[in-house]
Amino acid sequence: MTAPTATIQQHEYPNGLVLVAETMPGLQSASFTLLIPAGAAYEAAQGLDSGGGAASMACEWLMRGAGPRDSRELLTALDNLGVSHSESAQTLHTSLAAATLGANLIPALEIFADVVLRPRFDEEEVEPIRALCLQNLRSLEDDPGSKVIYELRRRHFPEPWGRPSPGTPEDVARITGDDLRAFHRAVYRPNGAILGVAGAIDWPRLQEAVGRLFGGWESRPEPKLVETPAGPRIDHITRETQQIQIAMAAPAATVASDDYYRARAAVAILGGYSSARLFTEVREKRGLCYSVYASYEGQRERGAMLSYAGTSTERAQETLDVMLAEFRRLATGGVDLEELETMRAGLKSSLIMAQESSMSRSNALASDWYFLGRVRSLDEIAAELDALTPESVSAYAETLLNLQDLTILTLGPTPLDVNIPA
Amino acid sequence: MRFHRTTLDNGLEVIAELNDDAHSIAAGFFVKAGSRDETPELAGVSHFLEHMTFKGTARRDALAVNRDFDRVGAKHNAQTSEEDTFYHFTSLPEYLPKAFDVLADILRPTLREDDFETEKKVIIEEIRMYLDNPMSVAYEAAKAAHFGGHPLGNSILGTVDSINGMKAEDMRAYFASRYSPANIVLGFAGKGDWDQLVDLASTHCSSWTGDHPTRTAEPVHGAHAFQAILREEDQQQTVVGVSDGPPLESDDRYAAHLLATILGDHTSSQLYWALIDPGYADGAEMSYQDYNQAGGFYSFLSCEPDDVQENLARMADVLRGVMAKGVTQAELDQAKNKVQARSVLRSERPMGRLASLGFHWVYRRAYLPVEQEMEAFAKVSVEQIARLLDTWPLWPMTIVSVGPTTQVKPPR
Repeated sequence: MTAPTATIQQHEYPNGLVLVAETMPGLQSASFTLLIPAGAAYEAAQGLDSGGGAASMACEWLMRGAGPRDSRELLTALDNLGVSHSESAQTLHTSLAAATLGANLIPALEIFADVVLRPRFDEEEVEPIRALCLQNLRSLEDDPGSKVIYELRRRHFPEPWGRPSPGTPEDVARITGDDLRAFHRAVYRPNGAILGVAGAIDWPRLQEAVGRLFGGWESRPEPKLVETPAGPRIDHITRETQQIQIAMAAPAATVASDDYYRARAAVAILGGYSSARLFTEVREKRGLCYSVYASYEGQRERGAMLSYAGTSTERAQETLDVMLAEFRRLATGGVDLEELETMRAGLKSSLIMAQESSMSRSNALASDWYFLGRVRSLDEIAAELDALTPESVSAYAETLLNLQDLTILTLGPTPLDVNIPA
Repeated sequence: MRFHRTTLDNGLEVIAELNDDAHSIAAGFFVKAGSRDETPELAGVSHFLEHMTFKGTARRDALAVNRDFDRVGAKHNAQTSEEDTFYHFTSLPEYLPKAFDVLADILRPTLREDDFETEKKVIIEEIRMYLDNPMSVAYEAAKAAHFGGHPLGNSILGTVDSINGMKAEDMRAYFASRYSPANIVLGFAGKGDWDQLVDLASTHCSSWTGDHPTRTAEPVHGAHAFQAILREEDQQQTVVGVSDGPPLESDDRYAAHLLATILGDHTSSQLYWALIDPGYADGAEMSYQDYNQAGGFYSFLSCEPDDVQENLARMADVLRGVMAKGVTQAELDQAKNKVQARSVLRSERPMGRLASLGFHWVYRRAYLPVEQEMEAFAKVSVEQIARLLDTWPLWPMTIVSVGPTTQVKPPR
């Protein structure tokens, strides 16, 4: 496999902001992802206690007028630059992401510098934002597949690392404009923020522009978070739905850990593609469901394997049993060479294909920096994947799929029996 | 970019847009077979057949199909719409021959009886998954209400009953009638060599046979129907509106796309400012969908049940307002900037190119380079949008409401 040539450069500004950028030959577009350590977890920062939903509300408020532009002028200016953008609060970060033609990259960053450094925070926007966020919460109740994953993460990761960013109706109803300003003051900071940029870029100009635009962003002390246990480990949410949602999580290696690639391999072989075990056993052989998968989620201090299936009430018990049996089979029987080769081909192809999208690359740059403090080259990742053996992955799978460690959540008309195979 | 085309002796057309800067190549079969081609007894057969092609051929069982794609890291999938079934993968150029061997193979499936019965259960799970999604329920019901007995109102997935009642022999007959080479276009986009592509196509597809099927695509004007469906378990009220628009044969489709962007893009559109920004609704969008000899503007609304009547009135004000006043040059320019930039971004990936390249060829037998598409958007004028609104009034429209209240009526 030939890795396309790419140049990755990085710079840390005096306020702590890190810029990491990749020039991608042959692209007209440029994208950026700004990760700010201001996700829902920080709502629980000591001395703050902002309430569930504050991160999402603050993120929405940022876009409603900044610097010289009111809400409408701001979105119109982005449209006129042809900027596709999305802003969202997640558990760890608030992420501001945008893609446009290379020539419009720096003008787009100028607008986002206003958004981050000079939001207007007009009081009259608070009630509309509250109404919108409350409705988003109601819509989430009508979307069982998404709801079950939010609730699974909340039960699996220690609080506040599994906090759902949409928050709770009670908190969203009571959060004030002053609460949101306090949240913004305490947690939005350049130290810990990462700006990933990829595509048609001119590095010296970009480096200078980011310094000029974001250099005045003042660093702040890192907010203190206290970790508390989550749970319950086994739970059911009753809903009158057509299907029962089954969601499971197990602790897995972190991105920085020596076991990372072994963890990714084991999870992919279990449920990462269409010939993976879960899809084969649950859907292809038995026709038990339409959607079934396993995926990896990394945080800096912890990682997890998440697994999901949605199926009718009368077939849900069998689906859960088959999934657990497959976890067990992977843990005790390990993987074979053919599976490992398939997994390698899939991950390597994805990496090379990501070189065609400035958006996926800007994301990958920022996230690599967050986890590792550096960016992995394609060659490094390929070498790590090549070094895996059936024995090394099988040994890891045995510890990954310790079924006593599973968090299991179902959502639907009736609970299921959780029979952990011996 | 280089464009190539040829037709095999059996009628299969092959097209390619090749780009040496790409890292991958996308390949796809565009089969002119969708829910509008179905009889009521066979509701859902096009989509079910799409699933069945992955269940095995003379050379491979279902596990081998998935395994042989995955072994070479090919990202494969398929979609069925009202009009087309699209089978595709993206792979690294060196693995194209192996991945294409699988894709071409599955276009001649065995449709075995036992696989058919197992896959029925998967389809029914897919139907149930969408029944748990209020927007899908409202969308299906709105299409059916708007198009009435016209086949464009058919459900893509069918119903639990139609799927349960289906026979493998009926699917085989449907396959024989729609999957003939003259009814399929094979497309490639990305990094590749034309001579090699023609070789691959000849090797794998020359033996395909079949007649030249036709589609009766009768023009249709939708009803201004109204329907309120009770779903007590939902929290939000969901509304889908439909009004007629230009068909895909018309050059007005560029104007229609820009109009839908001005009115109902997910950000900074008229519906966004009227409904989302003030917090009245958490969803308010409009999109334009073109079909063979028909077209539709679809409006979407999600809000609290108590506010649905007021929000429908706000939506009606936006639509009537644009019919009365047209759009401004500034709004049109803004929409063009948005649409053109998105088109460039999408085109950077071979799969993004393949879809627009292939569908354009299937229905227009013409090659549309990205620059020409940009040019077509650039040419749209404020006057053309005014004429479009005259020909295709947005209001009144078909309205279907789904959710905990039935206290809804069409706004006056």
